[in-house]
Amino acid sequence: MAATSTLAAPAADVPHESPGARAWRRLKKRRTAMVALAILVVLTLLAVFAPLIATHDPTQQSWRAVRQAPSWMHWFGTDEVGRDIFSRIVYGTRASLSAGVISVAIAIAAGVPLGLLAGYAGGWVDALISRITDAMLASPFLILAIALAAFLGPSLQNAMIAIGITATPVFVRLTRGQVLSIKMEDYVEAARAVGNTKLRIAFTHILPNVMPQLLVQGTLTIATAIIAEASLSFLGLGQQPPAPSWGSMLNVAQRFLSNAPWMAVFPGIAIFLTVLSFNLLGDGLRDALDPKAK
Amino acid sequence: MFTLIARRLIQLIPTIFFVSVMIFLLQQLLPGDPALVMAGEEKDPAVIEQIRQRYRLDQPLPVQYLAWIGGVLRGDLGESMRLAEPVSTLVAQKLPVTVQLAIMAMIFTLGIGIPAGIISAVKKDTAWDYVVNVVALWGISTPNFWLGIMLIFLFSVQLGWLPASGYVSPFEDFWASMAATIMPAFVLGNSFAGVIMRHTRAAMLQVMESDYVRTARAKGLDSRTVILKHALRNALTPVITLGALEFGTLLSGAVLTEQIFSIPGFGKLIVDAVFNRDYAVVQGVVLITATTYIVLNLLADIGYILANPRLRS
Repeated sequence: MAATSTLAAPAADVPHESPGARAWRRLKKRRTAMVALAILVVLTLLAVFAPLIATHDPTQQSWRAVRQAPSWMHWFGTDEVGRDIFSRIVYGTRASLSAGVISVAIAIAAGVPLGLLAGYAGGWVDALISRITDAMLASPFLILAIALAAFLGPSLQNAMIAIGITATPVFVRLTRGQVLSIKMEDYVEAARAVGNTKLRIAFTHILPNVMPQLLVQGTLTIATAIIAEASLSFLGLGQQPPAPSWGSMLNVAQRFLSNAPWMAVFPGIAIFLTVLSFNLLGDGLRDALDPKAK
Repeated sequence: MFTLIARRLIQLIPTIFFVSVMIFLLQQLLPGDPALVMAGEEKDPAVIEQIRQRYRLDQPLPVQYLAWIGGVLRGDLGESMRLAEPVSTLVAQKLPVTVQLAIMAMIFTLGIGIPAGIISAVKKDTAWDYVVNVVALWGISTPNFWLGIMLIFLFSVQLGWLPASGYVSPFEDFWASMAATIMPAFVLGNSFAGVIMRHTRAAMLQVMESDYVRTARAKGLDSRTVILKHALRNALTPVITLGALEFGTLLSGAVLTEQIFSIPGFGKLIVDAVFNRDYAVVQGVVLITATTYIVLNLLADIGYILANPRLRS
């Protein structure tokens, strides 16, 4: 894919370029989106190779190294029980990225089939699914996630489920809208006329048309999900101690603000960078996948 | 116009119904015997039996739901196990605090978002536009609670200008109240300012290209009049609608902000309830927030209909 697009770069629109290749070629022209993508690749590598990159054991306490300022020994300083903050942030990448990606995966896995069903079946099925979607969208995102997480019980896994369920209606609505607008297109009518089953039409004609929007919405929702996970962890409803997570690190840091501000600075920067990157990538994808754009 | 508004009102009923069902069903997620869990620390069999009776936990779900919603409709949101007070009383106590915070936050949101959006639309593709967009993206991507902590560090710990936490009612001491709420209000308003800015920019760009703005320019009006009188008035309608919606979102943002600044509002109520496993309070707060949100949504829609001459007839 990369090879063809490099060759195609000087030309205008190559006639037989696949949609994916065209999107990638357009995305590559957007510098901010590429920087964001690079940051996300680095963060993913940090998460995967955390044991190799971390300079210390992230849960190893040391009473001789309590609340030390950043130094050569501890790049980001140490926390209230002498744990190395850099190592905790590196390991925290795992919780944040997996929470973002998994909860959005849950939302897509539940939302897309429901949206297809609502758009296709119409009638009372559509009415029921749409009203439930409305009801969920009517409840503020974070409050619903907090309530769900509270009732499910505090753990990273339950936080992901809570965020995933809360994010589902967005994808239901998106898919349903797309189905309704495509359903009446000539080529879908034609596919139906020649005797394709509904399921087959849904997968071969409708789904590919929803994909670009799903990709954009999915990327932007990961950003929201990561903030939500950090918020839940901050409140003690996400990753449980001593396992490191950026949100819970900030919670503890607030208590030591006057004598160990570095405890609050670095986890915040980590969340900010990650969320910013997903937002920038989502914006870039939106422009790159817009069929009307040049 | 009235049929349009009436239709929106009727649509409200199923939405509120499903919201209430959803909040009611949250209880079902509790592991084990809900009566036992809801009783919390209290392991007194009499108390547990009382809860079972009250919520009809020994009866089928639909009956339980009817018992619960019947109470809610009469203004009975249940009772806080922890504080031994009706949930409705707690809500009535805490809501004004959060509303004050949300109004102040809204002033920040609109006060920053709208001018920034106008500047970036009018100066499209210039350094101004670029800077405004970067700042907006920064606002959207910064977690509320981190910004709050950093502001406390700067203005309370380092400079000592503002109190780090606590709350004073504006009716008690206006200036002390402002000092206590200005940081949380800014934190809360900041993230939405970015959203409002983006929408103002998009709406302004669209309006600026319309025929009547071109006509106004062709008439020789100076660009200040064209922008502020002709373009802005039309561009603002969708932005104000969005503002009403964001007000509901502010309630949700208040959860963490109030937690950080120890402000005894709605957000702190739900967080404390979560920690104390005070489930009736959690349900009550979510129900009130969702209903407020739905009503605001409706008001925004009605406002939109009223402001749009094409929908008015």
